[in-house]
Formats: sequence, C-alpha cells, structure tokens
Amino acid sequence: MPKPRSKTKSRAPAKPSDGAAIAILVGTRKGAFIIHGDKTRRIWKDPVGMHIGSIVHHMVMDPRDGRTILMTAHTGHLGPTIFQSTDLGKTWKEASKPPAFPKAPEGQTGRSVHHNFWLTPGHASEPRVWYVGTSPAGLFRSEDDGMTWEGVSGFNNHPKYNPLPREDETPPDGQTLHSIMIDPRDPKHMYVGLSSGASGVLETKDQGKDWAPINKGITGLDAYGIPPDAETGPEPHCMRIHPVNPDRLYQQSHMGAYRMDRAEGVWKRIGENLPKEHGISDYSFPIALHPRDPDTVWLFPLDGGFPLGRITPDGMPATYITRDGGKTWKRQDKGLPKGNGWFSLKRQAMTTDSRDPVGVYFGTTGGEVWASRDEGESWTRLAMSLPEIYSVEVAEFAR
Amino acid sequence: MKVHIPTPLRSYTNASVVEANGATLAELFADLERRYPGIRFRVINEQDEIREHLKVFVNQEIAENLTAPLHPGDDVRIIAAISGG
Repeated sequence: MPKPRSKTKSRAPAKPSDGAAIAILVGTRKGAFIIHGDKTRRIWKDPVGMHIGSIVHHMVMDPRDGRTILMTAHTGHLGPTIFQSTDLGKTWKEASKPPAFPKAPEGQTGRSVHHNFWLTPGHASEPRVWYVGTSPAGLFRSEDDGMTWEGVSGFNNHPKYNPLPREDETPPDGQTLHSIMIDPRDPKHMYVGLSSGASGVLETKDQGKDWAPINKGITGLDAYGIPPDAETGPEPHCMRIHPVNPDRLYQQSHMGAYRMDRAEGVWKRIGENLPKEHGISDYSFPIALHPRDPDTVWLFPLDGGFPLGRITPDGMPATYITRDGGKTWKRQDKGLPKGNGWFSLKRQAMTTDSRDPVGVYFGTTGGEVWASRDEGESWTRLAMSLPEIYSVEVAEFAR
Repeated sequence: MKVHIPTPLRSYTNASVVEANGATLAELFADLERRYPGIRFRVINEQDEIREHLKVFVNQEIAENLTAPLHPGDDVRIIAAISGG
C-alpha cells in the first residue's frame, strides 16, 4: 500500500548518483523513459525504461522541490492512475486516491476518467499542490504531491463549458483538458485548454470556481460551421503563458499558431508569417517558449494540405523560431533528416530547458528524442526506436 | 473464497490466486481493496462499472455488475480480455 510520505522526510532536491545535471522525461504509449545528460548537454546516457507496457501521457518533475516526479499511467485493460517517484524513477508509489469523477445518482449516467492527460505543478506559493487534466475533460487537484486527488467542481460541474459530449464530437484520442497554466503572480488565476464539443481556452480568476472563454480572434471557424463570434469552438492543441510576462499567451491551435497580449484580449495569428516554403503550414500540436524572452517561440510546422496528414511535409522535419513575437520566423533543420523523416509531434512532446543558451527538446511519434543545446540552431538525436512518444519534459538538477 | 488474478493485476497481489470474502461482488472488491490497496479502481470505475476490457466470472458465469451474490466456496475469476496492441 502506498504509505503517506512523512512530512519530516528530507525534501532536498534530487542529485543523480551518476552526476547527471539534466534529465529528459519521456512519456510514451508503452511506458516511460528517462534520459540523463551531463552539465554540458553533450553527453547523454541511454534511456532507462520504466512502467513498460503502461500508457504514459505525461511525466513531470516538480521544479519547486527538484525531486518529486509524477507520472500518469493506464493500460488498455486497467483503469487510470498516477504514480509518484522521489528518487528519479527508481521506485514509484501509486496514488491512494487517483482522480475520479463523483458517482452519479441512481438512474443517471456519470463520467469516469479514461486517462489522466496533463500534469501541472501548482503555484510556487502552494508547495505539494498539483493539477491534472483528464479525458473526458475534467480538472483535478492534489495537495499532497499527487497521492490523493479531488475534482475542481467549478470546472467539472460547470453547466456551460463542460457538457457531456457526444461521442462523435470528440477528438481522436478523446475529449481532453490540457494546457493547465498558472499565473506566476497569482495562484487563483489559471488557464486551461479544452478539446471537446465546447473547446477553447478558458480562464479562471478564482482558482477554478468559475470560468470564462478567451477565444476572440481565432480565424477559420466558418470552415467548421462555427460562428466567428462563438465563445468556444476553436480547438486549442497547446497553450502556454510566458513565465516572465504572464500577460503574453501563445497557442498552437487546430486553426494555426496564435499570440495574445492580454491588454488587447484578441488572439493574433502569428503562424501566417511563417515562410511559404517546404510545404509547411501553421497546423501542428506543440508550442515551446523561451524561459526568459517572451518574444522567442518555437513551432514544429506540419503539412497544410488536404487531407491533413498531420505529419512532416515531404519528410523534412524542422523547427521554426521567432525572436520577435511571431512577426518573422527562421527555419532550423541542421542535423535533422533532410528527407524520409516522416513523423509528427504530440502536443506535450516539445519543451525547453532553463539554460543559456536554451536547450530545446522534442520527441516524435516514431520514437526518437531530439535535442538542441543552441536554441534550435543544430539538432542531435538522443534516442531512437522508443515507442510512440506522447510527452517530453525536462528535469534540471542543482549541482 | 478464492479469487483468480490476471497478470495485469498481480503487481498488486504478488499472487495469481488470493483469498477474499464478501456476500456480493461489491463486498468482495471492498475486501480486495483492503488487502491490496489500489486494485479496485483498476478493475471498477467510479460509476461502479466493471471496466470495459475486464470481466468477472463467478463459478464460470459472467457477472454483469457488483450486485452479483456470492457464497462461501465460490470460484471468482477476474479475466482480462485478450485484446489490445
């Protein structure tokens, strides 16, 4: 039985015995993997697998304590749960109360969590608090490092933004709550991305009691029969707020790549400024931000033809970087395949570290992990032949 | 009574057959949860439904829900579907 962790136990940041300064946490369709790197980010060890066979959508280290890792896991047969490790994945404890919707009253249909999808550590002022977004869309909060979870009823019971979906309205992997973003200035101010019938970016200013949509400016909705003034509907894939300027938001949407400055309150399509080359579009899933410069963003453009292949155009993968908030973009493909590199990235599968220059990392649906330690200028493959990659996160260790 | 545990759940029980008691399947799974914390939610969802790719057989008869009655000496088997990929 998972025993509650003693409050007196040391919470010192983890220090890997192999001297690693950084680790890449990889969630895949068939388990989780951790790749340790040295302080130069030039030397990387072989991936170490764990929970092989489980479907791991997300694995995240808590940057507040530098040691707690949470992992979502389920299998094709067994229900969804969450595991915690405080020794860099050597041992895991299962949540004693995983996220679960309330039991419906007799005669009514209730929801059950199919999988836990997106993990976000809580605000810096709330140690041990975590949030998780689920499929079907639900928001849950833990106050004990992921051991027990309670539903955020303001979202889970919201009459407007979380209706029971029709099966044919759900995205391919199911209705999902993702992109849980917390304003570093205020733990009560949060955003989520919702992929469902009532999709869009939603905001709460009271820590989840009530929610309001912020979806103005998203273009192309008419092609899907959605009125341009609709409050919801534009299907965000990944939304992030900038840690230094939390009033600057970016999202990679089904409708393209966008930026919003909250003072303006309107999404502006920055993906339209991508160069017209190599068959790329601003359709994609992940979006990654520079940890210090709010104007620097990475995209991983996929094809833009019809039907949408959701794959690297012409088998030539590349990241594109903007350093001016999306006005101009530059292709970055040094080291990446110049052909026959056919894959896609899931929405949680590209991220950055905090170093200078910034490291950028992505994992592919073909099971490869790529890293750049020079802000995308050149790329090195860290791993190949892993299972289909769902998420890539960075853990950094104090040394 | 004896409860047969499929491979995916043996990380909880460390055994292929375990002992548990109850007058209904609901009570049996409550007892299993007491003995092997976490096992119930992997088999039964929050709406008290047996998960889609698992079945529970009592004396080789399929149990549709947790109200199924049990008697001392019954043979209970949790079966994982041969499916997936």
